[in-house]
Amino acid sequence: MIEIHNIQKSFNGKKVLDGIDGVFESGKMNMLLGASGTGKSVLLKCIVGLVKPDVGSITYDGRIFTNNKLDIKQEIRRKIGMLFQGSALFDSMNVNENIDFPLKMLTDMTRAERRERVEFCLKRVGLEQAGKLMPSELSGGMKKRVGIARAIAPHCTYLFCDEPNSGLDPLTAIKIDELIKEITEEYDITTIVVTHDMNSVLEYGDNVMFLYQGKKLWEGHSSEIMDTKVRELNDFIFSNRLMRDAKKVEQIEEEEQREEDQRQEEEKNRNK
Amino acid sequence: MEEAVLIGINSVFIVAVVSTFIGAVTCVQISYNLNNAFIPRSTIGFMVREMTILEMAPTITSIVLAGKVGSNIAGGLGTMRITEQVDALEVMGINSASYLVLPKMLASILVFPMLVIIAMFLSILGGYVAGTLTGALSGQEYITGLRSSFIGFNITFALIKSVVFAFIISSISSYKGYFTTGGALEVGESSTNAVTNSVIALLIADYVCAQVLL
Repeated sequence: MIEIHNIQKSFNGKKVLDGIDGVFESGKMNMLLGASGTGKSVLLKCIVGLVKPDVGSITYDGRIFTNNKLDIKQEIRRKIGMLFQGSALFDSMNVNENIDFPLKMLTDMTRAERRERVEFCLKRVGLEQAGKLMPSELSGGMKKRVGIARAIAPHCTYLFCDEPNSGLDPLTAIKIDELIKEITEEYDITTIVVTHDMNSVLEYGDNVMFLYQGKKLWEGHSSEIMDTKVRELNDFIFSNRLMRDAKKVEQIEEEEQREEDQRQEEEKNRNK
Repeated sequence: MEEAVLIGINSVFIVAVVSTFIGAVTCVQISYNLNNAFIPRSTIGFMVREMTILEMAPTITSIVLAGKVGSNIAGGLGTMRITEQVDALEVMGINSASYLVLPKMLASILVFPMLVIIAMFLSILGGYVAGTLTGALSGQEYITGLRSSFIGFNITFALIKSVVFAFIISSISSYKGYFTTGGALEVGESSTNAVTNSVIALLIADYVCAQVLL
């Protein structure tokens, strides 16, 4: 479980994050939702320690991360896996070497054990045959899969995904989301996903946090998001026609259901 | 070791070409200027040797390497920075500066003196070939010049300079690359800045070394 309290961050006097609190539970898909430039990625970078917050605290399973000693930070970081927006695979290494890298650097595993783990991770993400390929030979979706395999290879406890399905076609995006969800539940990982994709949120979001101009405006389960009264969130959700149409259909169905119930009630009364 | 191969072996060809021709041109130009009958022709060999060891081999080789190795280091690290590969290392709990920069600096410090020694040898050889082929002097005269008034410390001086230059080029280029922000355009800018700043720092260091050590 990761807890953040009163996170504030400014760049050149401009407040990017303004007092954000939250709890991200393990085994759940925690999603940071918001339009571009609302501070989602900065918040994620604050949580993993790539950006130092001006104010606020972050704890990993009760252990303070912010302003702690470097060796404790490093120890926590070794339990972190991260999938970057552009995958951030090491160009000079092939897929096998990329996945093996954190194992070689962070664990005492023997060469044989590492090879076995790499094979397992590749199999888990469905890329058994791609081990010898270089990152430049992979498609966008494959890169994301390798990124996930590299993140989970050293048995990570926390998984962070920065827009995992950006730049992917809808089908591949769903597969990547499914994979992250499966891995989160299978290994009971605390996963935080930064996204602005409503499909991902509605389908897989267990806990959704909506950010707007650096502030948390809404938090809840994805099933509650369509009924929100927060204007900014409504504007965001229903900014595209598909979602507006879906809302209309939902309203019509509700209306029809209500009429049907009323009609049945009247009929019952008449029979009495 | 990989870095040493990348910086050293991959630079041997360009160092060989540049130093051989510099030796040859030095020999031809000295010969053109030495028309006095009272000055023995072997002086050409002596002057080629002194110029090569003291200045041409360490400094010109380092300037060439600043262009090749410096831009390579800055471009590589800059690309890793903008594609979040450096962040990936940091998230894993690996000290990215120590993992990425230190091997490059150590490899440069190890390999530059070797390249300078190769440059010295080939430059003097280039002078010999040019001198004898053009008939400026005989092979015997050239070798006599090479062997006269030899000061062993000059070699030490050249090697000290090469280590200093290696440190300057690798550290400036690494700094420029590691702290690149932005996109592809900024990576190019970092590479250019790495080369120009390295060359300027290298020339200043050249003067300081000469002033302090000679």
